[in-house]
Amino acid sequence: MRRDPFVQLQDVVVKRRAKAVLGPMNLELSGGGFTIVLGPNGAGKTTLLKVLHGVERVTSGSVTWSVSDKTAQQGQAYVFQSPVMLRRSVRANLAYPLQLLGVSKAEIAERVAHWGARIGLSAVLDFPAPHLSGGEQQKLALARALIRRPDTLFLDEPCANLDGRSTREIEDILCEATQAGARIIMTTHDLGQARRLADRVLFLNKGQVEEQAHADTFFIAPKSSGATAFLNGDIIE
Amino acid sequence: MSGIWAGMVEAFLLVWSLDADLIDITLRSLKVSLSALVIACAVALPLGTWLAIRRFRHRRFVIATLNALMGLPPVVVGLIVYLLLSRAGPFGVLDLLFTPTAMIIAQVIIITPLIASITHQAMRELWSEYHDLLISLNTTHGQRITTLIWDGRRTLMTAALAGFGRAIGEVGAIMIVGGNIDHVTRVLTTAIALETGKGDFALALGLGVVLIALSLCVNLTIHSLSRTEREGRW
Amino acid sequence: MIRAILFALICAGTAIQAETLRLAATTSFNNSGLSDALLPVIAQDIGLDVQLLVVGTGQALRLGQSGDVDAILVHSKEAELAFVEAGYASHRREIMYNDFVVIGPSDDPAQVMAATSAIEALLRIAAAQSTFVSRGDDSGTHRKELSLWAAAGSDRVEFTSWYREVGAGMGASLNSASAMKAYILADRASWLNFGNKGDLALLFSGDPVLFNQYAYLPVSAERHAHVKAQAAWNLEKWLVSPRAESIINGYEIGGEALFVFNARP
Ligand SMILES: Nc1ncnc2c1ncn2[C@@H]1O[C@H](COP(=O)(O)OP(=O)(O)OP(=O)(O)O)[C@@H](O)[C@H]1O
Ligand SMILES: [Mg+2]
Repeated sequence: MRRDPFVQLQDVVVKRRAKAVLGPMNLELSGGGFTIVLGPNGAGKTTLLKVLHGVERVTSGSVTWSVSDKTAQQGQAYVFQSPVMLRRSVRANLAYPLQLLGVSKAEIAERVAHWGARIGLSAVLDFPAPHLSGGEQQKLALARALIRRPDTLFLDEPCANLDGRSTREIEDILCEATQAGARIIMTTHDLGQARRLADRVLFLNKGQVEEQAHADTFFIAPKSSGATAFLNGDIIE
Repeated sequence: MSGIWAGMVEAFLLVWSLDADLIDITLRSLKVSLSALVIACAVALPLGTWLAIRRFRHRRFVIATLNALMGLPPVVVGLIVYLLLSRAGPFGVLDLLFTPTAMIIAQVIIITPLIASITHQAMRELWSEYHDLLISLNTTHGQRITTLIWDGRRTLMTAALAGFGRAIGEVGAIMIVGGNIDHVTRVLTTAIALETGKGDFALALGLGVVLIALSLCVNLTIHSLSRTEREGRW
Repeated sequence: MIRAILFALICAGTAIQAETLRLAATTSFNNSGLSDALLPVIAQDIGLDVQLLVVGTGQALRLGQSGDVDAILVHSKEAELAFVEAGYASHRREIMYNDFVVIGPSDDPAQVMAATSAIEALLRIAAAQSTFVSRGDDSGTHRKELSLWAAAGSDRVEFTSWYREVGAGMGASLNSASAMKAYILADRASWLNFGNKGDLALLFSGDPVLFNQYAYLPVSAERHAHVKAQAAWNLEKWLVSPRAESIINGYEIGGEALFVFNARP
């Protein structure tokens, strides 16, 4: 059962050191599939995702989910821009979110084995996660987010620093998740990836939403000048 | 130099002969300091971790107090515990003065701030690393503390060993609250003080060597038990 | 959790439960080795495990005052009388005496060896301004030293740097004296048992003012209901018995007797 819009932002402002890094903004997000957040460095993409997820406090305004906060929180997972690895084995990293939920041992073992294989790390399940390569860590962080079967998944540049093959693997996993009903809100600097995946696009610049559109219209005929320049590959000030 | 040599020889003879008194004293040292360590850790590890992850009004003040307590001279701790446990003091009825328990209490007070403070330092670092993830996973405070303690156990062990080192080598406080009673509250350090007082430097130094060896053994044992030196499999 | 800890503490505390008695005694009693000779026999004879707290006379009296020990064995008559007077002990029982001796560097720069009385010995040290180590810890020995200076008519306030208060026990003070090649007043027992004599030697002894009377004071059960009065009484009876007499008089170090039993039964 899906209620749209699933989240609403009202007059949200996030200030850091007396400087507004996000907003003031009003925003409604709706629909399943991929919502891709685009924008130059420092536009506020990460901040927006964290505000939506509730890990970053807003200075003023409100974030309202269509379900209760608790339900919303439980159904969400987040993959950070720089992956956080618990100082444990790969296996323990995958198991951790499930242990928090009190999932049975047998079920944990099964899901861990499944996801370990899915991201190609079966052979190194007992290897310390912080010793994995950067790309492997990103995959592990993604698997650790998906292992909870979230209904909303926030991804902050999940494919940065990955080679083509790994990017493809991850996109496959993500598509599978959306087909299973999850909605994904994701930032990326890879326009090709945005084109491949996006259902809707949110274009951010200088802490403001400059454009919110369906993918088809956005990539073919962006309305805002900022987005036009961004898609052309111009450097926008 | 010859004095130190004599001490080494004495230590060797002591250990070689498996002197019953020496074993008794050594075991008591271990018992007292390990008990103190366990209790202190049970308090200090969660406390230090909690201080690292919680922001509250008087947090700075609590941390400053903790650091100040770390520098508290053991003799003062001993005196305070003595006054509290004395028959004339508030806890006199417990009849704990001049027992190993009193020594454990004093040592707990001495090492808890030390362990908590080191824990706090170490956990702050780990918490800044884990912060986003643990918040995102919607963990409770209890879960955060246990996760941090578990994943930071290597550094925490250093904190615990520092506490143990301070406890086992401490003499001022336990002399006052234990009374250095033969076969009851005499431990290695108070025995060393006693022998020094008698001018028997060789025996005192011999006991000192035993103390160092003991401390070393405990360190190595704990290290190998927790397999810190082994990398690879976690 | 706090409860569990408290529980564990109390259990650990009460674990040892034979018939025990806490006796605060002076350093000299223990350092002389006499306690090691007496305690096992006491345990054998009357089944009493005497836990010895070796402290200065001042602290021993304080322990008795607050009821932290069951009896005390000290040597400072005036303080003991005041202690009884104040009701902290029902009575005072003289047990034995040993004597104080003047120790100093063997070349004896102050010519203490030629003195005819203890007071003269001290005056010679003061006149020569030879380094002198004082216990300075309110122990029986320290009090004795102070009373001797007072009897000699010297005002300690006027002493210059040659007079050094170390604020330590007998052994530690002897260590200091040994290192400084200084004079010091010590009890004979501690001196004989002292292992770090170095260049020090016994220079003067034998003056009756140097006799050092030990007395036994059981802590008053009226003041402190928890003290083991019966055990303290048993110990007192033993200490004045002929058996104690023979051990005390027979205790020797290097062929020298140290204590003279003088208890009246
Ligand atoms: N704690 C903070 N203190 C000060 N400034 C901050 C803080 N957090 C974020 N900012 C600033 O807010 C702005 C937006 O940051 P944000 O991380 O959201 O950008 P982004 O769009 O994710 O950029 P990128 O593409 O580089 O990841 C940046 O200018 C950043 O410097
Ligand atoms: Mg970002």
